[in-house]
Amino acid sequence: MGIFKLIIRRLLLGVATLFVVSIAVFLLTNVLGDPVKRMLGRGALPDVVTARRAELNLDEPIVNRYFTWLKGLLTGEPGVSYTNGTPVWELLSDRVKNSLFLMALSSAISIPLSLFIGGYTALRRDGWADRVMSNQLLVLAAMPEFVVGAFLTVIFATNIWHIVPAVSRIRPGESPWSDLDGMILPVATLVLAVTPHVGRTMRAAMIEVLESDYVEMARLKGLPERSVLWRHAFPNALGPTLQVIALNIAYLAGGVVIVESLFNFRGLGIALRDAIPEANAPVVQFIAMFIATIYVISNLMADLFTIIVTPRLRTRLQ
Amino acid sequence: MTYPVTVPVDDTIDETLDSAVATSQPGLMRSAWGLWRTRIGVALVVLLVGIAIVGPWVAPYGASEFVGTANMRDVPGTWLGTDYFGQDVWSRFLHGGRSILFLATVSTLIGFLFGSAIGLIAAYNRGRIDDVLMRFMDVILAFPQLLLALVALTTVGPKPWLIISIVGFTTIPRIARITRGAAVPVVERDFVAAAEALGESRFRIITRELLPNVIGPLLVEANLRLTYAIGIIAGLGFLGFATERNAADWGLMVQENRVALSVQPWGTVLPAIAIALLTVGTGLISDGLSRTVAGIDRGRPDS
Repeated sequence: MGIFKLIIRRLLLGVATLFVVSIAVFLLTNVLGDPVKRMLGRGALPDVVTARRAELNLDEPIVNRYFTWLKGLLTGEPGVSYTNGTPVWELLSDRVKNSLFLMALSSAISIPLSLFIGGYTALRRDGWADRVMSNQLLVLAAMPEFVVGAFLTVIFATNIWHIVPAVSRIRPGESPWSDLDGMILPVATLVLAVTPHVGRTMRAAMIEVLESDYVEMARLKGLPERSVLWRHAFPNALGPTLQVIALNIAYLAGGVVIVESLFNFRGLGIALRDAIPEANAPVVQFIAMFIATIYVISNLMADLFTIIVTPRLRTRLQ
Repeated sequence: MTYPVTVPVDDTIDETLDSAVATSQPGLMRSAWGLWRTRIGVALVVLLVGIAIVGPWVAPYGASEFVGTANMRDVPGTWLGTDYFGQDVWSRFLHGGRSILFLATVSTLIGFLFGSAIGLIAAYNRGRIDDVLMRFMDVILAFPQLLLALVALTTVGPKPWLIISIVGFTTIPRIARITRGAAVPVVERDFVAAAEALGESRFRIITRELLPNVIGPLLVEANLRLTYAIGIIAGLGFLGFATERNAADWGLMVQENRVALSVQPWGTVLPAIAIALLTVGTGLISDGLSRTVAGIDRGRPDS
């Protein structure tokens, strides 16, 4: 059975990718510049720099440091913050939860929405609803997230209407449930950022299926349209559909950085933004690996779902 | 931002390419111009690029010139009032487009040059070189572009060369994949075999026979990448990592002035509109081109 081999190959490829990503993240945060010099400023005395380097174990050979770091990541001890010595996990565990909650809520809204929009516009292809929505999606898809978010803030929070809070106010240690109002705009922005891309993908997949020979065959057989759609078109659009869901999550993993920053949402994105000027490499490395892992897993899932669900691909790849 | 999908993409590319080779060649630009969306897109881009280039010369004040109390809407001698630091919003807006435009264009060009070269070489040589090149490209694709830029900036700080390198570098595999997908079926066509039989050099075959036949999809992709590059660089600016502190930059302006949104919206809204119109403009051009190349709008599974 070739499909298991294929799945295992994909899994190994995912692991290998993450391994390469970890090397890239580690090198980029260590080789391009010197975190200690950036932290202490240009006027720092050489003695102080040396002492600080020793304190942060930066004087060990880079290969050793890489493997220590990798081992720490895999065993759940991803180092300590350069600025205050707190373990990275302790510093970020709250934020991981908040960001995951933000992503989950945005997915829960944007997945059905984009599936509906994509499917509906494909069925009504070139009708007025399709044209209007496709153009809307095109315009939204081109704009960066923070621009969309800024417009939403102006319209709904600060200038035209004042119906939702402009910033999120989750206190340290509190769950995002404590400030659901403050999540409206961040979630809306992510939904608007993700839905156009995913909706367009869904529309394309659905059009492809609807144009296929087997759907035409089913129609020619005289099957009622509803049964053509649900029995023949939908199962074959399911592969791309699941793929759409995985893609969605990958999108969100990248989008949260900007959106959290725009709405002061207490998550990983803000932690990343704040860690960069401090050259706080362990924090940056952890967040980068976390987001990359979500990203790689979602893309992997997308591939796997597609292979498993699409009969055409399953047989061709054997 | 961009995300890789590995499995079904090649199918659609091959499919769209057949029609591209057949229909798009001589009048790609002309047929794309026939679509309204292309014209609107070009108009928007020309407008915004014009503002970005000419702006600094016609701005009434300097980019960081102090003109009055901070965050005021009615300040004598200014059009739109002052920003968070008492600088003229309108002047900063006029100054703030150049860096985004410059960084985005140069990094897209780098991605375009290297990406198309790698894609064409992989498609023409196939076999080992193809495998190695494309696997390497897949690895680069496994990371969101913005995130990679942020990681790279951590120990170096905001440096234009670094932003250009990272955004350019991460654009390469995205363009290479499209180019390769479009070039593979072309390699198998008779005129390539004819050129080989005539003893033409590899370089000549790749540049004279392959390149002209994939230019349609390549232009679509390059344009799309430009749209995303603008988004990423504006996003970096928004996070405060694209330019030096307090430099005039559309992305950074949104960040600086959003706290005072309710009393002085212009400082945020004006640059946000500029970025929106610019990206929508390039997005419309991409869509116009891709409709011309592919015949119909299939969306983009590889977005």
